[in-house]
Amino acid sequence: MAKMTYREAVRSAMRDALRADPRVFLMGEDVGKYGGAFGVSHGLLEEFGPTRIRDTPLSESTFVGAGIGAALGGMRPIVEVMTINFSLLALDQIVNNAATLRHMSGGQFGVPLLVRMATGGGRQLAAQHSHSLEGWYAHIPGIKVVTPATVADARGLLLAALKEPDPVLMFEHATLYPLEGESEDGTPMEIGRAALRRRGKDVSLIAYGGALGKTERAAAQLAELGVDAEVIDLRSLRPLDTEMILASVARTHRAVIVEEAWKTGGFAAEVSACIMEGAFDALDAPVARVCGAEVPMPYAQALEQAALPQPETIVKAVQGLF
Amino acid sequence: MPRLGADMTAGKVVKWLKRPGEQIKRGDVIAIVETDKANVDVESFVSGVLEKILVEPGDERLPVGTPLALIRTEGAAEPAARAAPVAAAAVAPAPVPPAAIAPARVPAAAVPPAAVYAAVPSAAAAGERARVSPAARKRALELRIDPTALAGTGPEGRVTLADVERAAQAGPVAQAAPVAQVAPAARAEPSPADAAAARQLRMREAIASSMSRSKREIPHYYLACTIDMGRALAWLAERNAGRAVTDRLIYAVLLIKATALALREVPELNGFWIDNRAQQSVAIHAGIAISLRGGGLVAPALHDADQRSLDDLMRGFQDLVKRARAWSLKSSEMADPTVTITSLGERGVESVFGIITPPQLALVGFGTPLERPWVVAGQVVPRPLLTATLSGDHRATDGHRGALFLAAVDRLLQQPEEL
Repeated sequence: MAKMTYREAVRSAMRDALRADPRVFLMGEDVGKYGGAFGVSHGLLEEFGPTRIRDTPLSESTFVGAGIGAALGGMRPIVEVMTINFSLLALDQIVNNAATLRHMSGGQFGVPLLVRMATGGGRQLAAQHSHSLEGWYAHIPGIKVVTPATVADARGLLLAALKEPDPVLMFEHATLYPLEGESEDGTPMEIGRAALRRRGKDVSLIAYGGALGKTERAAAQLAELGVDAEVIDLRSLRPLDTEMILASVARTHRAVIVEEAWKTGGFAAEVSACIMEGAFDALDAPVARVCGAEVPMPYAQALEQAALPQPETIVKAVQGLF
Repeated sequence: MPRLGADMTAGKVVKWLKRPGEQIKRGDVIAIVETDKANVDVESFVSGVLEKILVEPGDERLPVGTPLALIRTEGAAEPAARAAPVAAAAVAPAPVPPAAIAPARVPAAAVPPAAVYAAVPSAAAAGERARVSPAARKRALELRIDPTALAGTGPEGRVTLADVERAAQAGPVAQAAPVAQVAPAARAEPSPADAAAARQLRMREAIASSMSRSKREIPHYYLACTIDMGRALAWLAERNAGRAVTDRLIYAVLLIKATALALREVPELNGFWIDNRAQQSVAIHAGIAISLRGGGLVAPALHDADQRSLDDLMRGFQDLVKRARAWSLKSSEMADPTVTITSLGERGVESVFGIITPPQLALVGFGTPLERPWVVAGQVVPRPLLTATLSGDHRATDGHRGALFLAAVDRLLQQPEEL
């Protein structure tokens, strides 16, 4: 256990992997000399050299495709895509190649690729760099989607992802990078397990990634109002830990899903549907969602904050259930 | 709420036949109660003045023992002041602070149960489906509470799990109280078809409960004997000849009377098994099994069957069948039978081995009289033969006593003119 930031946690996990396995290498835009757009790979070029820490051209389709090729060839590539909006340029590689090649090759070839990218808003980067599209990726069979929300999970899930035989996408909410916390103790983590962040009996608050902290703050406010909220951190959107979700709702009889992404067709809807299917008779109130406002993300700080879920809006949604 | 049958656990008040202030005599029918088996006229246990009606007619199923009304008996002092309204009626609508949150707003221990019912669910008013959460519906089913009769404390008047739990904890009196305030006007009346289906369901449940208890607890023994009905039927035909159809007797009445008289001879079969011992009854009230249209059956009492004339029994029998099928029996008829008689004769059945109605001690069964070869004085002759059976509770009696009883029935039926 060590105290470090989320940024350092991602870096230390990559460093551990680079040291432990010669097949691991990192590539992406500005990951080398610049140390990464968010400073995550700072210092890695010096330690591992330009062969394993590779700066790429500004062509997501190319370097994600190269990562897929390297994985097919026996390597364990980590590909960093600067922000989630740029991953749209590599959608064909991710959805049509990485996710399908095991199937298309009749099981002969796997793609053990880790694609990391920053996601989410809240940093005044406006409508083109503030998306939360991880729910889109969770739609795709053949890839796994992890969303670490804590320092420990950033390390643990990255190391777990590198052990997967198939592609994993890791979404790092950009506001989390300076977050400080305890790193894990090196015990391997398993992808697909949610975490119970707070026990409660009155309502299940279900969140992931950048929404977790706000949800935990909302739970604290609710406690002062006499509502004992349970907080579940999904950690992995695919596979989804429906077991924990349903067990929690069976106890609390109410659920609120908090997600930064737009509401329509968002991942919160998927979680909600799972609850309807698996815990209908346990529900004492309709499942509620707190999602991002359905607008292109505003630049102005006040408007941007208003467009994102906040502890106050979560508290209000919970109050509406009683 | 009187227990109108050994297996009755709850009933609904359908109608009051007396008003507060009215003078009533012991035995007067004061209300109609719907049990799982019938609509029963409830007779007053005492004479006096109907002081106050505590439970308005409604859909609420009230556990046996729930006070329904106050009767001031003769000689009791006039109350100094009119009785205070029951607690539930006095409670103001529960305040609902908009910003407050339920667990803080309604700490289960702090709010008197009755207050929960005070607010009428507005959303349910227009006859739409009552708002009840899935969890509340499920729990209400488990607790056999009608969740639509509760006033919901959730958003838009939704009945929540907590409302159901509180209603269950509030107990019978508190459950009864809200009926007058919420239900009838606020909710859509169930359609007659629904009500009939629900009644059928409850009757089935009651029969299931009673028969399961019987087979679980009562070690039955079964006896059968064949009775030559030749003399009885011939006597009956002769007696009915020339009589108006309405005055004619049916052979079932002979069977009832013969059974009742035979029970005088073997009284150990007449009565109840209560507190681990048999309690014989001096009175012989024959519970007559009557099948109902649409299924199910009741076995109300023909009182003092051993003492009544055949004509009187016939009238009583016809009246009982008519009212049983109209779901309109009296409380004493439901509660009093000391033995049950079942006859499947009209269905062409040869013999019936019945299950005793707890806590009674015996059940007597009769099949159809059928023309069969029979040996009389060394000659094979055609005779109308009927199989009489006895199901006895072996805790109370043994086969020997049972055999004496069946022999007595046979003997009595050979002298129909004495019945």
